[in-house]
Amino acid sequence: MTLVIDDLRIPLAHFDLEVSATMSARVTAIFGPSGAGKTSLLDAIAGLRRLQRGRITFDDVVLSDLPARARRIGYVPQETALFPHLSVERNIRYGGRHNEQHVVEVLEIGHLLDRGVTALSGGEQKRVALARALLTAPRLLLLDEPLSGLDRPLRDRVMQFLQRVRDDFNVPMLYVTHDEDELAAIADDVVRLDHGRIAV
Amino acid sequence: MTDAAIIWFTVRMAALATALLIPPALALAWLLARGTWRGKSVVETLVALPLVMPPVATGLILLKLVPHGVVFTWRAVVIAMMVMSSPFIVRAARVAFENVSPRYEQIARTLGAHEPRVFFTITLPLALRGIAGGVVLGFARALGEFGATILVAGNIPGRTTTLAVAIYDRVQLGHDSAAWQLVAAGVIVAFGAIWLSEKSTRRRA
Repeated sequence: MTLVIDDLRIPLAHFDLEVSATMSARVTAIFGPSGAGKTSLLDAIAGLRRLQRGRITFDDVVLSDLPARARRIGYVPQETALFPHLSVERNIRYGGRHNEQHVVEVLEIGHLLDRGVTALSGGEQKRVALARALLTAPRLLLLDEPLSGLDRPLRDRVMQFLQRVRDDFNVPMLYVTHDEDELAAIADDVVRLDHGRIAV
Repeated sequence: MTDAAIIWFTVRMAALATALLIPPALALAWLLARGTWRGKSVVETLVALPLVMPPVATGLILLKLVPHGVVFTWRAVVIAMMVMSSPFIVRAARVAFENVSPRYEQIARTLGAHEPRVFFTITLPLALRGIAGGVVLGFARALGEFGATILVAGNIPGRTTTLAVAIYDRVQLGHDSAAWQLVAAGVIVAFGAIWLSEKSTRRRA
């Protein structure tokens, strides 16, 4: 399972994002300060940003030739973007029901299924967003600062769930963070990004 | 023609005008909210024109545009109501669509949804309350339409006479108490429509 980003270029507000990288670890962290272009890179991989140039491939699939809906990329954005008018159950089933029972068990959200998402705690929202992405049977999982906005005890607990997902589901992850502790806790490999470029 | 018949005719025409207006108004509102295209600001201005133009002037323009067979028929009443209501519905829907975070739509796409599904399952439900407020206001505007209607549809009892036209007619004929009866009925219907609109907006906020 290898993600290749070849000569990618996207104009951003203050600089251009220019990345070439090969990622084949189980969990690759994209590490860098705020405003480094990390979320823009995830958006590009998910098909939510137009590339000025470059190519993104996953194994033998040219992702950059496909629209977002055909890429099979599970995306958990920083703000979770759970659909506020749908219940937890309808949120997680929006993209599919692959391996539903197992995902619900691993993430311990069975008791939340009938609830509205606006009533959930921050940690619960992260788990539901993770479940929603996993139920589409993604070929790659993108996690954008999944512990942001959580207090310390909750961060540790959500990290345990992320580690479970890493160990139970055979899905490679790109994990965006600016926190060294998170790197140590979950990442197998690190790509450092600063001002839109990969820092060596 | 009885008061009840006039009110019933007006309500039916306003409801039909509003129903016919909703699909194109939502499509245009969505294009204005989400699209970037040449001439967008011109279209935005055109949409707002019936708000600021004298309704009689709009009626005169419609008289030139509407086919001869339609002028002075109930169809002309519906067309005049649609034109005069359109700014309320389009503008409310545009604001409602703009208030839906594009992030929800983007994430729906990553979950495999094609554009019609994104619109009908994410964008539209999230914008619905704002749209509903605009639709009720548009309906209320259609109920009270006078200036454009009198020019393009005239005042043919039983065929094109709406509430506003009938009130004007009765005042002109010196039947003040009969005019006041219609005014009272009109106030009740308009009050109901505005009250519903306010209620839907408050629930949204």
